[in-house]
Amino acid sequence: MHFSEAAVNGWFALVPWIIAFPVAGLLVNLALGRRLGERFTGFVASAAVALAFVVAVLQGLALLQHPEGARVVVADWIAIGGLSVPWAIKVDTLSVTMMLMVTGVSALIHVYATGYMHDDVRFQGDPGRYTRFFIFFNLFVAAMMILISGDSFLTLFVGWEGVGLCSYLLIGFWYEKGKDGIGNAVAGKKAFVANRIGDFGFLIAMFLTFWAFDSLTFDTVFEHAEAAGPQAGLVLTLITLFLLLGAAGKSAQLPLFVWLPDAMAGPTPVSALIHAATMVTAGVYMITRTHVLFHLAPASSSVVAIVGAATAFFAATIAVGQYDIKKVLAYSTISQLGFMVAAVGMGAYVAGMFHLVTHAFFKALLFLGSGSVILGIEHGHHHATQGHGDAHGGHFDPQDMRNMGGMASRMKVTFVVYLIGALALAGIPPLAGFFSKDEILLAAQGQNLLVYLLLTAAAFLTAFYMGRQVFLVFFGRPRSQAAAHAKENPPVVVLPLVALAGLSLLGGALNLPGVHTLGTWLGHTLGEEHAPEFSLLVAGVSTVLALAAIALAWRIYARRPLGENQPDPIEAPLGRLFRALNNKWWVDEFYDWLILRRYVRLANVLAHQVDTIFWHNWFHDSVLAAGFRRGTRWLAESFDLPVIDGASAALARLVERLGSGLRRMQSGYVRNYAVYVLAGVVLMLSFFLIRSLS
Amino acid sequence: MNIPTNYVVALSAVLFSLGVIGVLIRRNAIIAFMSVELMLNAANLAFIAYARALQQLSGHIFVFFIIAVAAAEVAVGLALIVTIFKTKHSIDVDLVSSLKG
Repeated sequence: MHFSEAAVNGWFALVPWIIAFPVAGLLVNLALGRRLGERFTGFVASAAVALAFVVAVLQGLALLQHPEGARVVVADWIAIGGLSVPWAIKVDTLSVTMMLMVTGVSALIHVYATGYMHDDVRFQGDPGRYTRFFIFFNLFVAAMMILISGDSFLTLFVGWEGVGLCSYLLIGFWYEKGKDGIGNAVAGKKAFVANRIGDFGFLIAMFLTFWAFDSLTFDTVFEHAEAAGPQAGLVLTLITLFLLLGAAGKSAQLPLFVWLPDAMAGPTPVSALIHAATMVTAGVYMITRTHVLFHLAPASSSVVAIVGAATAFFAATIAVGQYDIKKVLAYSTISQLGFMVAAVGMGAYVAGMFHLVTHAFFKALLFLGSGSVILGIEHGHHHATQGHGDAHGGHFDPQDMRNMGGMASRMKVTFVVYLIGALALAGIPPLAGFFSKDEILLAAQGQNLLVYLLLTAAAFLTAFYMGRQVFLVFFGRPRSQAAAHAKENPPVVVLPLVALAGLSLLGGALNLPGVHTLGTWLGHTLGEEHAPEFSLLVAGVSTVLALAAIALAWRIYARRPLGENQPDPIEAPLGRLFRALNNKWWVDEFYDWLILRRYVRLANVLAHQVDTIFWHNWFHDSVLAAGFRRGTRWLAESFDLPVIDGASAALARLVERLGSGLRRMQSGYVRNYAVYVLAGVVLMLSFFLIRSLS
Repeated sequence: MNIPTNYVVALSAVLFSLGVIGVLIRRNAIIAFMSVELMLNAANLAFIAYARALQQLSGHIFVFFIIAVAAAEVAVGLALIVTIFKTKHSIDVDLVSSLKG
């Protein structure tokens, strides 16, 4: 492809539109969405994101000509003393890769959501929320674009907080649903608080950066950091560790991962877009973006690698013991994010970004596929309960895999695409996941045996739990009335799945071994990176393990399909271990015991002692209120009564006394009046007389 | 014979003073009334005296007016006195003091 120089230069200037389009979409929907109905809302939101995708494609084409990228200043933002932060957009291969991925996947998910939310808002009983959903969705895309495109820590942070807010809003989208009627709201709060801990780390890292390097713009910071030499080692280690804390919050790594499984309370497109494909990868992106700092702090880098690998393994074990279709995917997401974090920790940034992109494809596909299954089950449930009264009596969970089974014949398209996603995730060649995961394993094998072993074990578990899920959901016989009556969804829901399935099939072509398209592309930003050669041993081991895991899952779950109300077949042999997996290693309970309960007790004590007794009873009641009362009483008694009241009372008394004096003149005797008249005449005459005389 | 104006004015002043004293000290309404007439005519006398001394007609015209007003006043005043007498059975002016403050 060849484009003229002038045209290409103009395309870089278009990049602010990548933020402006989603914002415009949300403004239009905010103003008109409710009046013009669902079709209009869905169209505007999807079109806004699709236009943003077009802008991203233009940036990509422009970068083919000018791989060094551009910096587009949108506006002056902050200028205080030595701190000067313009709002500038950085167009380079790294940010454009993210832009393409985010806007592309978002556009597909937006289209999917127009169909999914149509039914969802009806099953949940509030069609009016349709517009709100798309407003939040567009807001999320805009915030994500700010995050990706920022050329300084501060602009990145604005987007960072923006996506956190959207995540919170969308997790709690059905805020009155969930456990005890507040379960979803609590999940949103949990996500927000866990993210705040990460944000706190990010903020500290920013403060340290500004303190040490006098700037917050990436390029300047990198220059100063490289120039500072070894004496900056300590502060760089601190900065990168705090950045890791930020990334752990956003990308759901140990120990802050607990919010992501609960975030599944949001509608399924939210889980697919925010909590699988885009927002949670922000941490990985941020570490890649600041790779210079991590490169200068090898100690932090190895911590990053260990945290990532540990998370990958830990979350994969939990995913094995889950029944909720979306929870399995949530823990899988955490596990895969661990792969990416481990990759960037080992300096294999290209491998990390590669896995980030392919993971976005197949995990979005899996989430949307699970959403399609859930919709199908909900349809079936609706159908079954309408036919036979409330057949199930109490609460029916459309996401519990024990209620599914045999969906393959009822939802054929969904089954096929889900299978593709699952195989891609499991790392079966030649699907996308195989290549990206293989690159990470390759890097680990060459650098860190512990990380390699953890990741390989995680890869084995990944294949196993995906096999378990596919066999439980799609094979065997339906284990509930709802599953028996499930039916395939309309094309608007299914077509984006097909598109994502295509991407999951072919996504590996982005960075084939030996060709390294993505590696060369990102090399313009990340610097030339020596990619290890493709190793048949590593690829062979991971493939064999994945196939073995799938075979194991088939042996356990598919040879003798699970019946209705039967326990999971691995429950008996694993015993207490399965209980631990099913209860997520009691991490939530542990945090509850370690932090939450103490925190709540502290809060209670503070509320009672400080707030009630000190502030309320003493400061407010005794000092403020009593002081005010005393002050006003003094004013009332010493000023109002004697001075103001006294003045008016005195005036009144004067008038009264004057009046009663004059009253006495009014005797009623005509002769008296005549005397007054005479006196008056005499006075007047004497006045004139005296005047004429003198 | 030519009477000097001063004499006439002095007589007028005496008459007026007598009228004033009459109004002030007599309680009989009729007498008070007559005193008022006396004052009016004292004023008439003064007008005539000066009109003659200054050879002007306006004094005469004033006198005619005063005579007319006095006649009207007598008509109203006597009617009032009759009415008071009807209610109080007396024409003592001191009895009519219900407008006192």
